[in-house]
Amino acid sequence: MIEVIGIEKSFQAQRVLKGIDVTFEKGQCNLIIGKSGAGKTVFMSCLVGLIQPDNGQILFDNRDIVKMNHTEKSDLRREVGMLFQKNALFDSMTIEENVRFPLDMFTNMSAFEKKERVDFCLQRVSLMGANDKYPSEISGGMMKRVALARAIVLNPKYLFCDEPNSGLDPQTAIVIDNLIKEITYEFNITTVVVSHDMNSVIEIGDYINFIYQGELWWKGDKKEILKTQNDELNNFVFPSEFMKEIKEVLREGRG
Amino acid sequence: MKLINILDGLGAYLEMIFRMFVKPQKYSMFFREVFRQMYDIGIGSFGIISIVSLFIGAVTSVQFGNKLMNLGIIPMWWMGGMVRDTVILEMAPTITGLLLAGKVGSNIASEIGTMRISEQIDAMEIMGVNTYSFLIAPKVLGAVLIVPALTTLGMFIGIIGGMISGVLGGYFGQDEYIYGLQDDFNGRYMLIMFIKSFVFPFLISSIASFKGYYVKGGALELGKSSTDAVVLSSIAIVFFNFFIAYFLL
Ligand SMILES: Nc1ncnc2c1ncn2[C@@H]1O[C@H](COP(=O)(O)OP(=O)(O)O)[C@@H](O)[C@H]1O
Ligand SMILES: [Mg+2]
Repeated sequence: MIEVIGIEKSFQAQRVLKGIDVTFEKGQCNLIIGKSGAGKTVFMSCLVGLIQPDNGQILFDNRDIVKMNHTEKSDLRREVGMLFQKNALFDSMTIEENVRFPLDMFTNMSAFEKKERVDFCLQRVSLMGANDKYPSEISGGMMKRVALARAIVLNPKYLFCDEPNSGLDPQTAIVIDNLIKEITYEFNITTVVVSHDMNSVIEIGDYINFIYQGELWWKGDKKEILKTQNDELNNFVFPSEFMKEIKEVLREGRG
Repeated sequence: MKLINILDGLGAYLEMIFRMFVKPQKYSMFFREVFRQMYDIGIGSFGIISIVSLFIGAVTSVQFGNKLMNLGIIPMWWMGGMVRDTVILEMAPTITGLLLAGKVGSNIASEIGTMRISEQIDAMEIMGVNTYSFLIAPKVLGAVLIVPALTTLGMFIGIIGGMISGVLGGYFGQDEYIYGLQDDFNGRYMLIMFIKSFVFPFLISSIASFKGYYVKGGALELGKSSTDAVVLSSIAIVFFNFFIAYFLL
């Protein structure tokens, strides 16, 4: 479980995060949604300690990452997996070496054990037979799978995904989303997914948090989104007139 | 304002140097990176350094030869020692340094800079990797270990280049030159050469790493940071070159 208490962050005069309180449950997919520029990436960067917030606490099962020094952060981060918007695969390494890298760096496993673990993770994301390819030689969807395999190879307690769908076609996006969800349940991970792309990612959200202009504007689950009277959220989820009509029809249909 | 920026940058650079020297998290991975760096620099720059040293040695010899021949009062075998000292003191370490600033400096800056803008450095940090010690330190260490060897190579080839051009130009015979090479040899000059060949690669690799590590933005900024790395490390080299000569000679 991750508890976020009163997180604030400004860049010069611009207040990007204006005091966010939210709890992310273990074994669940916790979504953070919001428009581009709402502060999602900044928030996520605070969560994992890449950006130091001006105020507030971020408790990873009662350990506050905001107060940690570089070494303490490094230690906590062994328990963290992260899927980056641009994948961040190491382009000088093959797929297998990418997934193996955390094992090489942080474990004393034998070559055989590492190979087994890497193959297990690649199999888990349905990516076999591409071990010796380089990131530049595979498709965007495959890159996401590799990045996901790498993120889970050390059995993380916490998984962060920044825009897991960006640059993917809708069908591939859903496959990746479902993978994230399955892995979360299967390994009982505290997962946080950030996205502006409602349509695909909403599928997997157990808890949904809507950030608007640097504030936590709304939270609930996907059924509640359909019923919400919150204008900003409505405009975000149902941006076009057509989508608004669909929402009306759905509501009437359900009485 | 400008001065404050420069001091700011210098502070951040020194902080990076300070953070880089910590115990590696995994020695096997660390030394693999060091060897990769030594190999890349060694193999990658071996050819260019040989060619440039050969011709620099050759031209040094021709120019001295011309002057002395006209003067006519100094025995031509002195040339061996003169070319030797010029090559050891200036040509080999400084030319090698400047060549590597261009080649290795831009390589390192763009490699690390690419990792920065494609979030690879963040990815490593999130995994718990200390990227100062894993990405930067092996580059600096690798450069500092291999460049003295390249400089020594450049020195030998430069001296040979001096002999070839001098003999072909009819300034002296091979035996005279070799006799001159052995005459009045000052070990201190070798020491200065080695000091330079440690200091210069340290400057190049650390400045280039710094420029790459802290790049922000996209491809355009990446290109600029790699150019900056070359310019800054070249300036640092000539600057330190002067002070080393001034204080040690
Ligand atoms: N390092 C930074 N320095 C200054 N401003 C920043 C920085 N990072 C983000 N911002 C600003 O914070 C706001 C939120 O950005 P971001 O979190 O990336 O939005 P998104 O919700 O699209 O991920 C933007 O206005 C952006 O310009
Ligand atoms: Mg973002």
